[in-house]
Amino acid sequence: MNTAVQLDPPALDVTSIGHRYGARVALQDVSFNVAPASFTVLLGLNGAGKSTLFSLITRLYAIRTGRIRILGHNVETEPGAALSKLGVVFQSRALDVDISVQQNLIYHAALHGIGRQAAHQEIDRVLALVDLADRRRERVSNLSGGQMRRVEIARALLHRPRLLLLDEPTVGLDVKARADILGHVRRLLATGLGVLWATHLIDEVGADDDVVILHQGRVLARGSVRDVVATTNTANIGAAFGKLTQTDAAVDAEACP
Amino acid sequence: MSSFAEIPHRHQFTLAQYWICLCGIVWREGLRFVHQRERFISALVRPLVWLFIFAAGFRQVLGVSIIPPYETYVLYEVYIAPGLIAMIQLFNGMQSSLTMVYDRETGGMRTLLVSPFPRWWLLTSKLLAGTMVSILQVYAFLLIAWFWDIEVPPLGYLTVIPALLLCGFMLGALGMLISSLIKQLENFAGVMNFVIFPMFFASSALYPLWRVKESSLLLYYVCEANPFTHATELIRFALYGKMEWTALLVVAGCTVVFLAGAILAYDPSRGLLTRRGGPAN
Repeated sequence: MNTAVQLDPPALDVTSIGHRYGARVALQDVSFNVAPASFTVLLGLNGAGKSTLFSLITRLYAIRTGRIRILGHNVETEPGAALSKLGVVFQSRALDVDISVQQNLIYHAALHGIGRQAAHQEIDRVLALVDLADRRRERVSNLSGGQMRRVEIARALLHRPRLLLLDEPTVGLDVKARADILGHVRRLLATGLGVLWATHLIDEVGADDDVVILHQGRVLARGSVRDVVATTNTANIGAAFGKLTQTDAAVDAEACP
Repeated sequence: MSSFAEIPHRHQFTLAQYWICLCGIVWREGLRFVHQRERFISALVRPLVWLFIFAAGFRQVLGVSIIPPYETYVLYEVYIAPGLIAMIQLFNGMQSSLTMVYDRETGGMRTLLVSPFPRWWLLTSKLLAGTMVSILQVYAFLLIAWFWDIEVPPLGYLTVIPALLLCGFMLGALGMLISSLIKQLENFAGVMNFVIFPMFFASSALYPLWRVKESSLLLYYVCEANPFTHATELIRFALYGKMEWTALLVVAGCTVVFLAGAILAYDPSRGLLTRRGGPAN
């Protein structure tokens, strides 16, 4: 009998992931974890490999090098189990704008095997989480950009995932809408949800977050924000990012943790 | 360094959940169709133009002899009706394909493919959804054609359903396979010209193959090898409560091949999606 101590698996476990597009290396030896009830920021400039990594985690692309596990389930060998624990908000909006919020959510529920009756209860729950309970029957095309994003977050939470991936969810939104969405997602941590938030906006990184700095397909740093700032001997995460990537991060240092 | 426990159980869906998933995809496709009235109208106008204008004009020129399944001479309009039904399904299959390319560009396809259900089930459900929409279009066409005195035996309206399902599946699967090969929406029109028009014209939809054989033996063989010819004949015979076994076998075989190709193309471990360059980061 195996007496080894069994730990709870992380919400996401990415191990030695590599990916190529022909001769071009998109990702190389990428490894990190996302713990349950934690907020991990995947920070990288455009072209760093964030969306490629998301496509591998969500099994849109095949994993050729390395391994990805969601709550202990290997994405390649147990895709059903892995994907059922996963909620995703993709960078490009993917709602049917001609139908209502509720209809979009019912469709998503069906894609997770949730029947109408149960779906209606879940819809009440998730729309309340994103403060859109009163817009349930609204046509999606009548919503603002920020509200559409919140509907997408509600949709990603409908099947009660344990890991939430968000790929640059605040792109194209104004400052208030960005802050609202960030606030809504941070509040979800209390439910035990692990969150992986991909962004190139350094001011979205919080002082208590974990951070993975991805640059040209490689992980340059990972850990808590405090650890990354300390190990780079810089004043804040913006400066740490600039130093590691050797780019002008162009951020307001005062705004950075 | 500690290692994390691998959770041993596998995720299993019940048959009821598979059914819920299928119904959800069909329902969504239906909603989409209802909200795109112009799509419905254009799907109807196209065959009706052929029926009302082309067939009326060519009625005298393109006479049709007594050939199975007809037991007597038939008007040219009656002859081309099954071909126009197949045309509705062909265009619908390609329209679904176009939608998939669009969905892939806008992200809608990702929503589907990230579902934990097996990908073959998701794609087959999507195919069935598109086929159901095409059958709705076909019945709307048959209703209008009935007022144009193009009538089939009453039972034919029922016996044609299995043929419509199979042909819709075949043409939808072909569209799905094509959609996996198209990188951008802009490339779609060109590819369609190489698929829709050759398939439609090099078939028995507009003229019986014995007439084609008289003018060109090579073209006759091309038409015989065209799956759309067999789809047309399967529908033609089914409308009269008869079975054309060769057509059935060809359509069923092509459905399996096209669907398997589409499932492989959308499979991340074997498909083409990974090889065609990455997403914007």
